[in-house]
Amino acid sequence: MEFIIIVISAIFVNNIVLTKFLGICPFIGVSNKVETAIGMSGAVMFVMVLATMVTYLIQVYVLVPLGIGFLQTITFILIIASLVQMVEIMLKKVSPSLFQALGIFLPLITTNCAVLGVAILSVQNDYNLLEGVVFAAATAVGFGLSLIIFSSIREHLDLMNIPKAMKGVPIAFIVAGLLAMAFMGFAGIV
Amino acid sequence: MTNLKNFTKGFVQENPVFVLFLGLCPTLGTTTSAINGMGMGLATTFVLLGSNVVVSLIKDFIPDKVRIPSFIVIIASFVTVVELSMQAYVPALFDTLGLFIPLIVVNCIVLGRAEAFASKNSVGKSAIDGLGMGFGFTMALMILGGVREILGSGSIFGFKFIEGDGMLLFVLAPGAFIALGYLIMLMQKLKAKSTKLTESQELYLKETSLHNSDKLNN
Amino acid sequence: MSKKESTLPNMIIAMLAVTLAASASLGFIYQLTKEPIAAAKLAKKMDAIRQVLPAFDNDPNSDEYKLGIDGDTLHFFPAKKNGQLVGTAVETFTRQGFSGEIKVMVGLLPDGSIKDVAVLEHHETPGLGDKMDRKKSDWSKQFIGKNPLNFKLTVTKDGGDVDAITASTISSRAFCDALNRAYNAYMEGGQND
Repeated sequence: MEFIIIVISAIFVNNIVLTKFLGICPFIGVSNKVETAIGMSGAVMFVMVLATMVTYLIQVYVLVPLGIGFLQTITFILIIASLVQMVEIMLKKVSPSLFQALGIFLPLITTNCAVLGVAILSVQNDYNLLEGVVFAAATAVGFGLSLIIFSSIREHLDLMNIPKAMKGVPIAFIVAGLLAMAFMGFAGIV
Repeated sequence: MTNLKNFTKGFVQENPVFVLFLGLCPTLGTTTSAINGMGMGLATTFVLLGSNVVVSLIKDFIPDKVRIPSFIVIIASFVTVVELSMQAYVPALFDTLGLFIPLIVVNCIVLGRAEAFASKNSVGKSAIDGLGMGFGFTMALMILGGVREILGSGSIFGFKFIEGDGMLLFVLAPGAFIALGYLIMLMQKLKAKSTKLTESQELYLKETSLHNSDKLNN
Repeated sequence: MSKKESTLPNMIIAMLAVTLAASASLGFIYQLTKEPIAAAKLAKKMDAIRQVLPAFDNDPNSDEYKLGIDGDTLHFFPAKKNGQLVGTAVETFTRQGFSGEIKVMVGLLPDGSIKDVAVLEHHETPGLGDKMDRKKSDWSKQFIGKNPLNFKLTVTKDGGDVDAITASTISSRAFCDALNRAYNAYMEGGQND
């Protein structure tokens, strides 16, 4: 039951992009095509779950016992940065085809605040390791869902006849606003 | 480029939010009121100034390949300084901004300025650049926060001028997106009148995309 | 000065130097801000205690006692005047908030009625659930002076006596959950220190 609530809440009710405002940069930046949106979501999912796992272990077994919780930010961002590098190198060796699919998105993920945000949130919420991983995976699904919906709308927007000053980013934001409004409708389900 | 130009370019021509579309997460997430936007903007300005100065001080001692990780460490340190001092001296504001304070570390503006400006320029110039960009960011956040507060709560900087709730939508998530969309539209409309502005923007975009493709090739 | 080459020793030395300098200076700042942070936290707690209780002349913080419940802890701060118990502030919590945990300080008089409530920490939606905070609206004033014996601490939608915040039934339910936890624990013997 606990897990179902975490999953539903992270995907729909507290959607990371549309209600928590994390990961907006890739949300606006790589949402021109559905194809790239899917690639980005996959890469984020991969890194987010891994990062939450590793940062949790570091938090519980290193930072807290040593009483250096104030180094949390600096440690977490370094872990995420090096994790991204490692994943990149390993993917290149182990699965070149997967690397082709996700490769170009990986460097962009270090500065995706959703990854660091989820790592910090799952520590703040006192999740255990399993809950944290489920939370991270569900959040990534929520990120992917909104990104893919958004990019398919934007593909159509390109063909629309809209005022010149509205073209591109401004109309994208307004669409995002409407999408956020739609997602508010999920508020009652948990 | 003169110092004055260096300082003011972040206000309009290269405004991080309205023109370059950087640092959007805190822009949307913390602007439920003008005062919150200002707090977030000033915290980011401090980090920008600090990291720009330190990066330009030590740029000659850092080998190229570990450049980015070192910058991240420096930025994260300044973020932690902000985090700790806000907890100590303005706990109420720290509670409101919450998660977005540690997230300054992944704000693309900060790393972007360290990489594109401070690693190539003198300490003085980098400090001016950091301050200018920071104020531009703060201004953008205050404008967005002000618009949302006026429309959503019928008040500005906490002073209520109409009774009741206002249009609640603008305090909630959808209103953030919509208000920012219209503000960017306004900016593009103004910008279309002057081609000079688009040139400097293109230059910046070229610089950053060069750096990105550089990273991809490594 | 020329740029340092990207040789392995150079890279390692540079990274080590940067991280060492960073953690050293952070350690220093941490020591510097440690006391003000603790003081700010205590001040916030004491403000809440003072708000939810009648006037007292002891130090409720040093008389604190705790009770483990539902995987977390309730903190009780008994307030006395001239050695006589005038009320107890209970720091209570709920995990049913719309987005995460909510912490509430509730002041209970010796007979169990509510003197006042104060929200210590919440992550509810700005403009909706955050109205539980006295700084945003007077919603929480409806609890003042109510005794849960004849005032049912659930929202009207669930058959109780609490008017929910408009469009924020979930946050209001969570708030009631926190109050109930404090009240029940207090009545079941939480009042003896």
